[in-house]
Amino acid sequence: MRKIELAHGAGGILMREFIEKEIKERFKNEELSKLLDSAILENKSKRIAFTTDSYVVSPIFFPGGNIGELAVNGTVNDLVAVGAFPEFISLSLIIEEGFSFEDLEKILDSIKYASEKARVKVVTGDTKVIEKGKGDGIFINTSGIGFIPDDVDFGYHRIEEKDKLIINGPIGLHGFSILVARENINVEGNLKSDTAPLIDLWKALYENGIEVHFMRDPTRGGVQGVLNEIAKESGYDIILFEENLPITDEVRGLSEILGIDPLLMANEGKMIFFVKESDAEKALKILREYELGKESKIIGEVYKKGGSLKLLTSLKVVRILDMPYADPLPRIC
Amino acid sequence: MKYLYEFRESEKVKLIIKSIEKICKSKWTIMEVCGSQTHSILSAGIDELLPSNITLVHGPGCPVCVTPREVIDKAIALSKMKGTIVFTYGDMLRVPGSRESLFRAKADGAKVKMVYSPFEALEFAKANPDKKVVFFGIGFETTAPCNATVILKARGLNLKNFFVLIAQFRVPPALEAILNDPFNKVQGFLAPGHVCTVMGIEEYLPISEKYNVPIVVTGFESFDISQGILILVSMLERKEKGVKIQYKRSCKPEGNLRAKEVINKVFKIGDLKWRGIGVIKNGGWVLKEEFLDMDANNLLKNYSEEIEEKKEGCIAALILQGKKKPFDCLLFGKECTPLNPLGAPMVSSEGACAAYYKYKR
Repeated sequence: MRKIELAHGAGGILMREFIEKEIKERFKNEELSKLLDSAILENKSKRIAFTTDSYVVSPIFFPGGNIGELAVNGTVNDLVAVGAFPEFISLSLIIEEGFSFEDLEKILDSIKYASEKARVKVVTGDTKVIEKGKGDGIFINTSGIGFIPDDVDFGYHRIEEKDKLIINGPIGLHGFSILVARENINVEGNLKSDTAPLIDLWKALYENGIEVHFMRDPTRGGVQGVLNEIAKESGYDIILFEENLPITDEVRGLSEILGIDPLLMANEGKMIFFVKESDAEKALKILREYELGKESKIIGEVYKKGGSLKLLTSLKVVRILDMPYADPLPRIC
Repeated sequence: MKYLYEFRESEKVKLIIKSIEKICKSKWTIMEVCGSQTHSILSAGIDELLPSNITLVHGPGCPVCVTPREVIDKAIALSKMKGTIVFTYGDMLRVPGSRESLFRAKADGAKVKMVYSPFEALEFAKANPDKKVVFFGIGFETTAPCNATVILKARGLNLKNFFVLIAQFRVPPALEAILNDPFNKVQGFLAPGHVCTVMGIEEYLPISEKYNVPIVVTGFESFDISQGILILVSMLERKEKGVKIQYKRSCKPEGNLRAKEVINKVFKIGDLKWRGIGVIKNGGWVLKEEFLDMDANNLLKNYSEEIEEKKEGCIAALILQGKKKPFDCLLFGKECTPLNPLGAPMVSSEGACAAYYKYKR
């Protein structure tokens, strides 16, 4: 089995070969092919969205995807979340000496697949190899650039009373998939990470003139974590409707067994759209036409001035939904 | 999701609450014993729907909360010993001992691993004979059969590198401790459904008889809890004592005979310290003589125990006994939060103070 050696990151022939064959060939595009120190890009709008994220997920391969896809989709979705249309990403690989070439190729293929799906180009990158024992197989960093159309105005300042919160499908899938894979929990079922690029959903809402006031992808901290932040920053109370929360049977089952609320689990293919009340039904209809949005639901609304997140339970009692303080831990009984 | 969603249907729950309103004539103080029940009540908001003459107080049934600091300190000391690895349940990791939690110790290089089942620790011990494996097993009667089974398995395999640090609590003596208190206010109990699924109701009959209190073995979903309250209130109104089972789909009067057999093979009844309450006579299970060689305490030769410091103002003991509620505490939500818990009930998400912090602030 071929393995990554320190020399693959050492600037010599082996590294050159690696970049030519594994990177340049695979991600072929005009900007990358020049292999300059920086990619030179053409600007398409007044406002540029720029983001970066590092991916250290363990395990590297999990049901529904791997670190490569995640590294593309995560960065793409961070750009989408500010109303941008992603165009370019960078790709930095930090690989542990001895990492299997075969696995690396699988990951790079996933990156290619995901970037094609999200219609972004890998235009620059870097490869470092670290000594065995100093990493966890592979870490990936991607940065992304997207362009925001002039007529898009997003932000906390746009959030207003009665805005509806729409999510494009069931929650907690990524978080529970990783937990199950990492801790070797023996469960049967069809639980898979939801990692996916959400650019098409945003594009559809934008092109149909839906008044979206805010967006956020509920990754770490889950729906509960990110909405707590939004409530606090916007100064509005946000209320979620327990009965409307989309949760699959697999996630519900695990959540019951482990004592972890799906609202706290990470998602990698979900977006919460804050949509003007009068546009909400239309937005739902549009989103539901897409595979990634066919289970879209209104899960809550912006209530009134305040600054906290609340839940309307199925018994119609309102209670608070607290800011989570760390990764949820499974409980004993 | 059979056996789950149908026990959460809000229409059914609302109907039961209407019936409670109808039959409830006097003021009653009811204790739900188990932390999972507290969690369920607050999470669904049942407490806010009940008629105002019913007061729910929250019992001591959160095993993570009542595990004494000194036991956690011992687990931490073990995890820092060379060649020793401590395995334990997830929510035990964040619980502070005298100085730090297992989580904190782990960040400093202590060897701590979270498990879902003690058998993961056993498997590890089998595969790594050069390492000493300590399973830090705590809990009520619910975890006892599993903890006992892993000990029997290790004995069967004649493993010399598998040890246990056990804090195994029993519910009935805690109920007696509450009822024996001259200031007790609790008039009826919702007994813990899963504990009774293992143990049956035998131990609860003499308690009901002696103290003249009705006890209803109750499940954990909003339907179960409201129905348990309905049964209990109707018993209270009729001045009826005795033990009834609401959680029939799981609990049989005789309990789980096989589970009890396994427990009795490994453990015997003994006095045990509960965090926040103190030593309860017969309040737990301890290892029988023939398993004492597996007691992880044997590994702690030069270990000196620290004395538990008392935090002034914390009313954990009163809360665990149903005499006070979390909001009665001046420290609640201020100096004492889940991030910095001062008393047992704020320690685990199943504790009453933590549940109030999470759902009701």
